[in-house]
Amino acid sequence: MSKIPLQFRHNGRDVAIFVDGGTNLLVALRELIGDMTPKFGCGQGGCGTCSVLIDGELHLSCLTLAETVAGRSVETLDGMKQGPNLHPLQRAFADHFAAQCGYCTPGMLMAAKALLDRNPAPSRDEVVEAISGNICRCTGYEPIINAILAAAGGRVSA
Amino acid sequence: MAVTVKTFANASEAAGALSSDRSARYVGGGTLVMRALNEGDVSISTIVRASDQALTRIDASGPRVTLGAGVTFARVLAERDLAFLHAPARSIGGPAVRNMGTVGGNLFAPSPYGDFTVALLALDAIIAVAGGFGARDIPIEEFLQARERQAGTLVLSVSCTRPASAEAFRFRKIARIKPKGGAVITLAAHLPISGGRIAGARIALGSMAPTQIRARAAERTLEGRSLDAATIAAAASAAAEGTSPSDNALGSAWYRREIVGVHLRRLLSGQE
Repeated sequence: MSKIPLQFRHNGRDVAIFVDGGTNLLVALRELIGDMTPKFGCGQGGCGTCSVLIDGELHLSCLTLAETVAGRSVETLDGMKQGPNLHPLQRAFADHFAAQCGYCTPGMLMAAKALLDRNPAPSRDEVVEAISGNICRCTGYEPIINAILAAAGGRVSA
Repeated sequence: MAVTVKTFANASEAAGALSSDRSARYVGGGTLVMRALNEGDVSISTIVRASDQALTRIDASGPRVTLGAGVTFARVLAERDLAFLHAPARSIGGPAVRNMGTVGGNLFAPSPYGDFTVALLALDAIIAVAGGFGARDIPIEEFLQARERQAGTLVLSVSCTRPASAEAFRFRKIARIKPKGGAVITLAAHLPISGGRIAGARIALGSMAPTQIRARAAERTLEGRSLDAATIAAAASAAAEGTSPSDNALGSAWYRREIVGVHLRRLLSGQE
């Protein structure tokens, strides 16, 4: 079966790859582009650690048919830091102990970014709702919620 | 294993490709079909897609509401005119799943999923499909009863009549995990009131049978009555009649039968 050419924007950079039919975006990002920040968790849409932004909207890359992102912009955790500086969300996650094993962190950060890009000053309930598709088995969620609220607060006062 | 992906600009061409190939599946948001591929489902060898704009159209201006099959739950939630469908749309997944999952795909979501379809069943929706023999409209109940055989048909849109008031349509999903989790059971009730009495009650249940079903016995107890305590009690005690729930990790069949009446009573009496 022939490969399918695919071009899209990956963290602001144009990329061109060849994918097999039916390849999901997570596999394309990790194995063909070498961006290891989105993780494989469940492969079923239940855990959220593969979350990426497609044209600014939160999507699960493991359930996204790779070729549907042709010509679109895909943003992963790898694109979040600005040069040597951590993104305010990453800084807040570190400061508030929001990562333990760290496996959910890429998805949590992308879900948080999707929220703050749209709603810079969310309520606690809105934060809970925003990460409701992301499972964390370590922290009990509270440090993550606090980190996101702190990052939002920082941004508001800046 | 690589599969063949066929993309069409036009929904009827996609429907043709789907109906002529037994191993073809239509992929909308990907939350069902991509999941099956990730799990190694070898029965799928072709994926059919359509970029037809008609599939993502929303017509919510009049008394009759039509949603293209490819409309996502996030778009339903963004539409002020679709307020009556916000509770069922919000009950689904987390934000990413709502950005991806579609109204048409939800019709095929197996238990414990398919919560939006429970709402559509209570609203007596019409499903517009295209198959090998052209397009036709199917009442949702008929569609669900034959769901196993619908793999070769492409859903184009769903439509329903807007409930007369917020009171007339109610939805409740019971999950163990807050704010999001798979449904133990899902309930929806459409209760049109005519002259102070219920006329044309429809109660729909999710996770109480292999597909979403109507609670006909409970509907009969409501018909022609006003929604008082005695009527609600009668509906609640009839709620489990005709159901055939099964055991899964979220709850046992016994538990589902035990609680369906309790939650129907709460739904009908407007309790949180």
